[in-house]
Amino acid sequence: MLPGLVWLGVLMVVPCAIILVTAFYERGTYGGVDWSVFTFANFTRAGEWLYLSIFLDSARIAGLAAFFALLIGYPAAYAIARSAPRHQTALLFMAMLPFWTNYLIRTYAWIVLLNPTGLANNFLQWLGLTSAPLPLLYNEFAVILGLVYNYVPFVILAIYSALQRLDPSYAEASRDLGAGALTTFWRITLPLTAPGVAAGAVFVFVLSIGNFITPDLLGGGKLQMVGNLIYDQFLTARDWPFGSALSVFLIAVMLLLLFAQAIAANRARGEGRGHA
Amino acid sequence: MKLRKIMSAACVAGAAMLLASGLAQAAEKLVISNWDGYMPKDLPEKFKAETGIEVEVAVHATNEEIMGKVVASKGEGYDVLFVSSPFAEALNKLGIAAKLDHAKIPNLANLYPEAGQLKHDPGNTFSIPYAWGTTGLCYRSDVVKTAPTSWNDLLKPADDLKGKTTMLSTDRWLMAAGELALGMSVNEIDPAKLDQVKALLIETKKTLLAYDDTTFYSKLVSGEASLVQAWDGWCNYGIAEKPEIKYVVPKEGSDLWVDTMVMVEGSKNKDAAYKFLDYILKADTGKWVVENIMYKTPNKAGMDAIDKSMLEKYPNMAIAPADLLKYEQLRDLGDGMKTFSKVVTEITSSK
Amino acid sequence: MRKAYLAFIYVFLYTPIAVLMILSFNKAGMPTAWTGFSTDWYGRLLESPKIIAAAKNSLIVAIISTFIATTIGTLLALGVERRKASASLDALLFTPMIIPDIVLAIALLSFFTMVKFTLGLHSIILAHVVFNIAFVCAVVRARLKSFDWSLTEASYDLGAGALTTFRKITFPLIWPAVVAAALLAFTLSIDEFIIAYFTAGAGQGSTTLPMQIYAMIRFGVTPEINAMATIILLVSFILVLTAQRFNRGSVPGT
Repeated sequence: MLPGLVWLGVLMVVPCAIILVTAFYERGTYGGVDWSVFTFANFTRAGEWLYLSIFLDSARIAGLAAFFALLIGYPAAYAIARSAPRHQTALLFMAMLPFWTNYLIRTYAWIVLLNPTGLANNFLQWLGLTSAPLPLLYNEFAVILGLVYNYVPFVILAIYSALQRLDPSYAEASRDLGAGALTTFWRITLPLTAPGVAAGAVFVFVLSIGNFITPDLLGGGKLQMVGNLIYDQFLTARDWPFGSALSVFLIAVMLLLLFAQAIAANRARGEGRGHA
Repeated sequence: MKLRKIMSAACVAGAAMLLASGLAQAAEKLVISNWDGYMPKDLPEKFKAETGIEVEVAVHATNEEIMGKVVASKGEGYDVLFVSSPFAEALNKLGIAAKLDHAKIPNLANLYPEAGQLKHDPGNTFSIPYAWGTTGLCYRSDVVKTAPTSWNDLLKPADDLKGKTTMLSTDRWLMAAGELALGMSVNEIDPAKLDQVKALLIETKKTLLAYDDTTFYSKLVSGEASLVQAWDGWCNYGIAEKPEIKYVVPKEGSDLWVDTMVMVEGSKNKDAAYKFLDYILKADTGKWVVENIMYKTPNKAGMDAIDKSMLEKYPNMAIAPADLLKYEQLRDLGDGMKTFSKVVTEITSSK
Repeated sequence: MRKAYLAFIYVFLYTPIAVLMILSFNKAGMPTAWTGFSTDWYGRLLESPKIIAAAKNSLIVAIISTFIATTIGTLLALGVERRKASASLDALLFTPMIIPDIVLAIALLSFFTMVKFTLGLHSIILAHVVFNIAFVCAVVRARLKSFDWSLTEASYDLGAGALTTFRKITFPLIWPAVVAAALLAFTLSIDEFIIAYFTAGAGQGSTTLPMQIYAMIRFGVTPEINAMATIILLVSFILVLTAQRFNRGSVPGT
């Protein structure tokens, strides 16, 4: 445990403490930090509705991305875990391979697919499902699709690693006792893989909320998310103190959510044991 | 045993890295940071052949990134930076840009006289212009019925152009379009005036296909967009693929953008850096920029050397330096940046 | 049903990749518009030592940081899961995931500058390990939640040492999660841009492939990059298939 704690302590806690401190000072006239003015102004500004609404909107989009990524990632992880053991690692690798290419060019590929004269629209029209091109790009749909696409493999990995050692005899026992497939899944498989589902959901949510390339390119820059906001404050506005305050706020909210979730999970587990 | 091996391997790797970091400092060479592809590929080689000085080229994606990096690291490790003029101005104010000794850069004589009259740095005291141009409208002349002449043709588009236009996503240029349309300075920081720009641009946002500052010319070629806000040089990339694409500077004017070279004050190789700056000011480099990047250059010797057919194919190349200087440059906004960036956030987060 | 679903998911994952490969044969340097067939970009790639060197740097960073992060992260997960839940420990392990890249990037660069640490490829590795430890730890912990600790206790009772217990009991039981974690770490590292950019040394020697590609944006991300990606994918693909052939029937822990 020690090497990990030292690594994080030196290379995360200490640097982040520096950033945290800057949140209490003023932006220098030409960027950087003016260390002569101590202030809470950056935090009050971060609490303005303009920024809060961006937080809420990002949380909604990241939440939707996490939901859809779980929806399509879970069955995929399940299918991989139920494949012949000797194929499993290869299948996992195959799911990750596309993501060893560059994010930017993958995103460009989606623009080619989704634009009004792109493959997706031609395909839909060929099927006779639509008569005119659908607006598939530069909107929330495209952003969520882009996020789901890029992060679904992480869900697959997280759930797979939780599922892989799941004893099939539990499910068999459940079925022997007369439970249907759905009940078995709902009462046995899903609860047993809950840690994997939680880890996968957290991955998609946190990676989505910090993402700034997808809203820029697939959203056509028309959606402002927290990731872009913080990126822009640090680099475009060169307002490190305000960018720091926004980040501190983001991290605090996420940690609170995490603890709330952990407490709820513990309580649920406690109750479950009580019934058994 | 396996575990212990893995653990010790990890420790050795970590220790080796720490050691390597201490030793890496020894070699002397010039480090410059530039956008990839913004100067001839063989320039470092030729420079070394002539002067014996080795040049290493680091690349940056945007002004903002190199700026962030240099501010956080005080410019450590870099000798010469390529940045746009407002950033050069900020680097100077932050004490990161070095004062230039013109005696060591004789090839400055290759520049147009106008290149020494730029408002962000009259007399080129800390920055040397490398390329310059305008920001205007780039459009498909075969699709857009009446040729655009005003920023309002983009900001309040005709019905058939709605959903077929894009604006630059970089904050300063995004705002500049609105400011020029309303007859304001492109460096406006008065909150009341910025609110007017905001109201206009929020309405415009509803008609846009996207904000885009990387692939807009590609969108024109594919027909996804018909009319876009563009830097003149980038519009030329579209023209190269489809001659029906045309560029116009709207009647309300443009900004004058200038990409510059700045020497880092903390550089330990200033003499070598001077030699590099002087070398890059040769006519050859300027000619290369025009012919390969399709930007205009303040290098008169370079502009004189180009194949004149370029000027016919890409008419915006022929804008005279004296005309360029009529346009206002983007300047660093100083403390006004706070208000400015808030207005931009209000626009980009509007629905 | 299971196979049909897997087919669907792989089609979803690979469709944009197919487009990317097709674009590597695009005539003009347009990132999103098709202008005609050409194989020129593969030739140009061979003449671009910078792109190839950057790809090599990316591989070095990804492999070393994955190795370190997987080792440290797995041990950390084991340590954390065996003891009582601790909120501050959880916060420490969660923060590297949630902290926006740009913040960690600037924080690390400010820190390295402050302690006068010379930057290079090694500092990118140090930085990538920071967030990868957290991701590895999260994946392994998800597996450990259903881990039966009585097995290790039994092993200790039978007189086995910590190392033997790990080698004979714990690792065989958690290895799929460790493999999954390593895959995740590698994938995150090889495509990471912002943190790499800020913690890289000045110069070509510590330019990674994503840094190179983003730097090309201004003057056109040309299909050379798609050609590079196509080659990387095909090589990885062949490696996976070959490994699959050699591994047949010798997969541990199943």
